Amino acid sequence: MLPDILFLLFSTGVLVGAGLIIAARNPMVGMLGMLVTFLNAAGLFILFGAEFLGLLLIMVYLGAIAVMFLFVLMTIDIEFYQIREKAKAYLPIGLLTVGILAAEFILAANFGLFSTNITVLPTGPQPSNIVQIGNVLFTTYALPFQLAGLVLLTAMVGAIVLTHRPRSDVKRQDIGKQNLRTKEEAISLAKPKTGAAMGQGVAKHWNPKSVSKKVK
Amino acid sequence: MFYSITLSHVLTFSSLLLTMGLAGIVLNRRNIIAILMCLELILLAVSINLVGVSHFRADISGQIFSMFILTVAAAELAIGLAIVTLFFRNRGSIEVDAADLMKN
Repeated sequence: MLPDILFLLFSTGVLVGAGLIIAARNPMVGMLGMLVTFLNAAGLFILFGAEFLGLLLIMVYLGAIAVMFLFVLMTIDIEFYQIREKAKAYLPIGLLTVGILAAEFILAANFGLFSTNITVLPTGPQPSNIVQIGNVLFTTYALPFQLAGLVLLTAMVGAIVLTHRPRSDVKRQDIGKQNLRTKEEAISLAKPKTGAAMGQGVAKHWNPKSVSKKVK
Repeated sequence: MFYSITLSHVLTFSSLLLTMGLAGIVLNRRNIIAILMCLELILLAVSINLVGVSHFRADISGQIFSMFILTVAAAELAIGLAIVTLFFRNRGSIEVDAADLMKN
């Protein structure tokens, strides 16, 4: 009986969080709704016996994705209220379409192929959840697992390449330019007279801004 | 074990969540950040579906696929937020209607 109550509790929490995301005028409130949603979803996963996945959900969504959203929200300076105001015109037709879709889905879930309601119980003693996942993930799904890693790598490289911009006020090493320097333009030899100091124009190419300003 | 909760209840719940995500996309169709959040909701609905079926059919594959969905969601969000940042830097707005550079 207790698992049923927990299921109802967690699913209600997920739906409340989803409603908060949809109805939020301030995206920070939507962020809060997302935290509620994913925390309750993690509880639901653990209730279904997928402990590893539930904890992974908390780590990935609440630890990484929520923080990423917050960073982007902080860097974007915009009035979200103005965007929201103009969206009222789509309310009736949108709700109608989505309502019909929801009715179809619920009908399919209750009277469709999966509505036999037979619960298959695992036979014999079972290893723990993480052992089961490892047994399957590294044998049957070894290639998709590696491809998932490739997807993450691509996303990381893509995000960095997209948001990176070269800045002119930051000095950075240009290896090609360094390798193309010749001896003639890098070194200048001077023969000062005896008693005369090394004056201006001796090192022609060594002309940093700080020094040239002082000379002028 | 569950007393009266069956697979149908889980499927109903996850379809409700999925339609809520779709409704969010329809209602917030000018705000890219809200659309991204609602996409996360849709992916979570699919994930819950898979884990529920995995529990009630005693098959671990559902959890594996749920993990792959998690991976894809993280990658999609990283790219999406990078694009949002870039878009805001170039256009000064995150409205979908501001993306009209290719018009005419």
